[in-house]
Amino acid sequence: MNHLWGGMLILGVILGIIGGHITEVSTAFVDSAGDAVTYAIGMAGVVAMWNGMMKLAEAEGLLKKLTSAMKGVLDFLFPEIPENHPAREYIAINFAANILGLGWASTPAGLSAMKELEKLSSSKDKKNRRASKAMCTFLVINVSSLQLIPMTVIAHRSQAGAAVPTEIVAPAILATLASTAAGVVFVKIAGRLYR
Amino acid sequence: MSVILYLSDIIIPLIILCLIVNGLLMKLDIFSIFLDGAKEGLGIAVHILPTLIGLLTAIGVMKASHIFDMIGNILGPLLEWADLVPEVVTLMIVKLFSSSAATGMMLDIFTTYGVDSRYGLLSALMLSCTESCVYTMSVYFMAVKITDTRWTLAGALTATFAGMIASILLVGLM
Repeated sequence: MNHLWGGMLILGVILGIIGGHITEVSTAFVDSAGDAVTYAIGMAGVVAMWNGMMKLAEAEGLLKKLTSAMKGVLDFLFPEIPENHPAREYIAINFAANILGLGWASTPAGLSAMKELEKLSSSKDKKNRRASKAMCTFLVINVSSLQLIPMTVIAHRSQAGAAVPTEIVAPAILATLASTAAGVVFVKIAGRLYR
Repeated sequence: MSVILYLSDIIIPLIILCLIVNGLLMKLDIFSIFLDGAKEGLGIAVHILPTLIGLLTAIGVMKASHIFDMIGNILGPLLEWADLVPEVVTLMIVKLFSSSAATGMMLDIFTTYGVDSRYGLLSALMLSCTESCVYTMSVYFMAVKITDTRWTLAGALTATFAGMIASILLVGLM
């Protein structure tokens, strides 16, 4: 993470100087930091609301049901997580929210899942701040996207005057399946190679 | 079309309705349970705010330095055999960093080439099939202070490129 973040900033500043865009870069520092706070405040409300609803679902025992419905998938991807561990519930709700395209509902569950997975990390991983196999798998699947209907993109297409805004639904499902399949194959191979 | 749009509108209210009715039937203390969760959720938002500031600043600086356009212009001609224009190549790179920045670029492509053109459809598909790699990894890993991400980046890139190649092939069939 250090190299990634540092690299982004170094590249931006150096290219800004060489390309003569240093004024824009300088403005970007101030503006983006402010934008981030505005964005986070907008997000705070939705995240708090969904987290409240998630607690309700948990109290009603619905999370347990969702988790057992997704048992096959969870066992396949995360064989190292013990049965009945809370990490399974949070991963299940994160995946379900992603499939339905409820991005805001998936973030709080995903963060709780990471916290639970950290408790399961080996002491060696904990000491070196190293990601466990389950964490890597969880994030690769998240990046590969599980969303079935790309609602935001459809809305933008409709606004831009597309003839049939939902025309992309079928190819989008196929493309999402392709990226998820590639992600799953990768985590299965990588999980075996690097223990 | 209208059915899909209706379903997507109704899904959130419906989930909430089920949770509330079910909670009342079970005679749970629903409001205080909700408040506990909401309080925890606010904590989460505050917890990830510093990560967002660091990340969005780095992305903003990269955008301002025109590095994304430069990469698009350099790689664009190399990818002409796949019938791609520099704008689409730039979009593919930006998408790795931030979905909202990529959405802005998709709208530009809609204006320049047309929403139903090959490039309009391609950019819409590319935004639909993956999440932003850097954004997702930063928010989730920094929440548990992981610095060694092992093979996550390689896996995330593999998934992203598979989605992009699939998008290019599928647009050819549309």
